[in-house]
Amino acid sequence: MAADRDDGDAGAPFGRRVFLALLGLGAAGVVWGAKAQDLMERALGPITAKDGSGLSSLLPVGRFRIYTVTGGFPTRSTDEYRLRIDGLVDRPLDLSYDDLLSIEPSHLTRDFQCVTGWRVRDVMWTGVRLSDLLDMAGVKSAATALHFTSFDGLYTESLTLDQARRDDMLVAYQMEGEPVSRDHGGPVRLYVAPMYGYKSLKWLDGIEVTSEVRTGYWEQAGYDTDAWIGDSNGRDDEPVG
Amino acid sequence: MTADTTDTTEPMQATQATIVRFDRTERALHWVNAVLVLGLLATGLALYAGPISTVIGRRPLVKAVHVWSGLLLPVPVIVALAGRWGAALRADLATMNRWTADDRRWWRRSARRGARLGKFNPGQKLNTAFVGGSLAVLLGTGIVMRWFEPFPDTWRTGATFAHDWFAFGLGLAVAAHVVLALADPVSLRAMRRGTVPVGWARRNRPRWHEETTGMPSGDARDDG
Repeated sequence: MAADRDDGDAGAPFGRRVFLALLGLGAAGVVWGAKAQDLMERALGPITAKDGSGLSSLLPVGRFRIYTVTGGFPTRSTDEYRLRIDGLVDRPLDLSYDDLLSIEPSHLTRDFQCVTGWRVRDVMWTGVRLSDLLDMAGVKSAATALHFTSFDGLYTESLTLDQARRDDMLVAYQMEGEPVSRDHGGPVRLYVAPMYGYKSLKWLDGIEVTSEVRTGYWEQAGYDTDAWIGDSNGRDDEPVG
Repeated sequence: MTADTTDTTEPMQATQATIVRFDRTERALHWVNAVLVLGLLATGLALYAGPISTVIGRRPLVKAVHVWSGLLLPVPVIVALAGRWGAALRADLATMNRWTADDRRWWRRSARRGARLGKFNPGQKLNTAFVGGSLAVLLGTGIVMRWFEPFPDTWRTGATFAHDWFAFGLGLAVAAHVVLALADPVSLRAMRRGTVPVGWARRNRPRWHEETTGMPSGDARDDG
């Protein structure tokens, strides 16, 4: 601080230094913030992701950010809930919430990675394997892809049949041991573990088996259809799976 | 935040004499900024905090308001600084930039009584620099977040990270500013009507009082 000793009435240009220091800090945050965030998430993520009070979810660390493409958040009770599986299948299905619960459940604990950069580590999902549902319905030989719809009335997604048959693709009804909340896409959503979050369609109400890939909501806006984490959308995040 | 229309030139009267602390340009800029910044904090919170997002909904609208308010933020500042009407603002910024020996003394609690302050106390100077710097960072990082295509994707994550933390800091600074202002009727009046009593200036900002009135502050009687 010796350099600040500007004698006389004017004094040192302190305000400008604070201003410029903040700009420097901001620029450093842009360039190295991803690294800093990653370190903080490793340290704090296990605490904040599981904190039931919801208070720590306000810290910008290891937290879900709630997105919706419509004006609001669609609500459907478990009683009203139906999942239709149709298209190129032998036996179209129309399942209730209880029907889903009666099918052998699968558990999957994986990171959730958003294409905008945030990642929540080690989220536990419970639901039905997509491949089990496909086997129940019986997929016809002409089928190559799935088209998913949301009861928000707007959002859609797609997977190829080969992708959908992987064992890390869930029709999920529990997250962290609790029913999937409305904000997180409940009562039932898709969880596509190895791909960016936009593939994990929320508020799932329809699966149509199709003869070709019909791209989904964000893919029509330019995002990659095969959205492998770390190998699509020009990103190099650590893969999940 | 009401506009006060009783603002006229203040005659220097012996009984309730006042001096001008903030001119029209400064007050107009302050209140325009206040509306924009409070709007940005509110819409930002609605975009950021899950529970609030879900109550408010309308994410595309909230986002549009947030982005446009942010882009608008520099306009009033530039307009206020640019013209003839910005002379007082420019002079105040120059004053706030400088950290004088008295400011350093004021910062030490034991020596505070001996500090003869100019127009602003060091807390006000620090707040101005902090809020100004934070707003600049928030605007820059917000632009990277909104128009991310040309940048490396770690920058998008980093900009979000910096935007979050600076918004936290700014929110705290604004909250403290509002609490302190509400607790101080003279300051509040200075920003609403532009003037402060001469006696207040003499007691609290002796150097500024001397510069403005040409009267010595030290031996003046306290007229309460």
